[in-house]
Amino acid sequence: MPTRKGMEVSIAVSEAVKLANVDVISAYPITPQTHIVEHLSELVADGDLKAAFVPVESEHSALSAAIGAAAVGARAYTATSSQGLALMHELMFIASSIRMPLVMTVTNRAISAPINIWNDLSDIMPQRDCGWVQLFAINGQEAVDLTLHAFRIAEDPRVLLPVVVNLDGFILSHVIEPVEMPDQATVDRFLPVFKPVLRLDPDQPVSLGNFGSPDVFIEVKKQVEEALIGSEKVAAEVWKDFESLFGRTYKPVESYKTKGAETLLVTMGSITETAMTAVDAMREKGQKVGLIHIRLWRPFPFKEFFQAIRGAKVLAVVDRALVTGGVGGPVGLEIKSALFEKKERPYVAEFVAGLGGRDLTVEVFAEMASKAGRYAKAGKEMHYEMIGVREK
Amino acid sequence: MIEVRFHGRGGQGAVTSAELIALAAINEGQYAQAFPSFGPERRGAPVVAFLRVSPSQIRIRSKIYHPDIVVVLDPTLLDIVDVSSGLKPKGTLVINTAKTVEQIRKDHGFKGRIAIVDADKVALEEMKVAITNTTMLGALIRAAGISRMDSMDGPLDARFGKVAERNKKAMQRAFDETIIKE
Amino acid sequence: MAKIDALHPWKEVPIGCAILEAGNSRQLKTGDWRSKIRPVTDKEKCIKCGMCWIFCPDMAYSQNTDGYFDWNTYYCKGCGICARECPKKAIQMIAEEE
Repeated sequence: MPTRKGMEVSIAVSEAVKLANVDVISAYPITPQTHIVEHLSELVADGDLKAAFVPVESEHSALSAAIGAAAVGARAYTATSSQGLALMHELMFIASSIRMPLVMTVTNRAISAPINIWNDLSDIMPQRDCGWVQLFAINGQEAVDLTLHAFRIAEDPRVLLPVVVNLDGFILSHVIEPVEMPDQATVDRFLPVFKPVLRLDPDQPVSLGNFGSPDVFIEVKKQVEEALIGSEKVAAEVWKDFESLFGRTYKPVESYKTKGAETLLVTMGSITETAMTAVDAMREKGQKVGLIHIRLWRPFPFKEFFQAIRGAKVLAVVDRALVTGGVGGPVGLEIKSALFEKKERPYVAEFVAGLGGRDLTVEVFAEMASKAGRYAKAGKEMHYEMIGVREK
Repeated sequence: MIEVRFHGRGGQGAVTSAELIALAAINEGQYAQAFPSFGPERRGAPVVAFLRVSPSQIRIRSKIYHPDIVVVLDPTLLDIVDVSSGLKPKGTLVINTAKTVEQIRKDHGFKGRIAIVDADKVALEEMKVAITNTTMLGALIRAAGISRMDSMDGPLDARFGKVAERNKKAMQRAFDETIIKE
Repeated sequence: MAKIDALHPWKEVPIGCAILEAGNSRQLKTGDWRSKIRPVTDKEKCIKCGMCWIFCPDMAYSQNTDGYFDWNTYYCKGCGICARECPKKAIQMIAEEE
């Protein structure tokens, strides 16, 4: 029987990793990921989780070790944030391109400088291109569920790609809230034992991480691309299965009060819930505002996205990272290019908000939705707007 | 939904207060959210913790700017932090203090609903330490009723083990001794 | 299995650019890198110690049933380490005719 209890979300994520019966955890601590890996190390030390916990000397080693573990057929896991993720950067591409199905949690935190331990998405956004499946949780329950989904999606023979589950550092990771922890028996039915496809095995030797000359590089990248794009279909199957076992539904793009909405807020991560509260307030005032949030960021769910925004005249995109010197934020960039070839497209108002953990209140979301509407009416040519910058 | 802000000093357990009540409320079947004002803290530095409790799902993740209740674990904070900042007009200020309500109103100009208890005294007598976080939960529940006293048993047992009983006694005493004035 | 000099369609390349055939580096004709000189062993001087085989950085030597070491033109890169290490100076590097 699942149990509903108050838990710190980080701890709930560790418990999900335990339910997933991982074999190897290699990690280096960094705020605000620490509670996840500390708890996992306790579980291993107490014998509650039969796994090897490898305390490494850096995040670069953490991901290296996880890749190595996956390469010998172990279910591998790591977690990091901010600078730690940056330190893993070269390995992010390697993990996906040599097709290692491991899972990583990132508790999103701003990338320095200035040194900042609070939440925004500037750590994960520069990893857009690396070939991992990328998911975003908006609350503790999702953080738990997506962790379980991640292993199944990663290990599917049609995918064989690493998966990252993002949850906002502090504002989600360090909050105590009610979570329904699934029971082990049902998780075991959902998540079978890992059956590796590519495995370093002395009885059947293979070589991984090889040289790829210009004659073959493109073909290997094409495979990664097709596998990543194809993972959306696999995710849909996994979510369908999850729903039948646990009763909770998951879609690549979720809609909230979008029926009849003219303006849609577009969000990712746990600020979505605050934005939903803003939508409730605006709807009560008779404003035709709704919200969509993107759960599956890579591969980008173009079809579901177009479906979700159908009928909307204005999109107010809330980005939590800046594509410095470019067109604003990464989500806005993605959306605008996705819409480029459409004959009819909504007005896209792009906002970069809450960098470095500056608090995003209900009022700020209402302000962004209202600005978006005004700019659209005025036909304002808008690249993007940084919210909250003190001018004086 | 009720929003509570706790003021304490690092090491006094302000965050634990918020967490314990959140766990109690969740065990009752309510929804609750507890979190600190995030950041690196050192012992003694003023800290803030937040709590939201609601019968329905809570969908706000920002800090609390207009609390319904403010709990002050350490009376010395009244001189250095504007603890009642943003407190709703009908809100309640719950203070650990040895002073009277009249003295508090005079010294700090606070005019709204106020609940006081000498939690330092209670904690010292019941637990031999002047750590008032669990004690003050008695005052909070008395003043605002956001969860039942008996719902606190489970979380207190889980968190404090052998010393849970002492904490419960202190909490009950605070509940009984809290003075509330409109 | 993709041969080294074959160009396969993307669906047929092993995923992750993995090499699925154990020891396939044997197929690489490193002997083509040899330029103009090759070793020759004088069997009169050879004491069958095997140092040429031990020191060869490639797979150019293998012991035959008589105990002498046969030279393999497929792998030898002509580095001359065998000639240098032979304790009996039994190996000479000679010009290789086309």
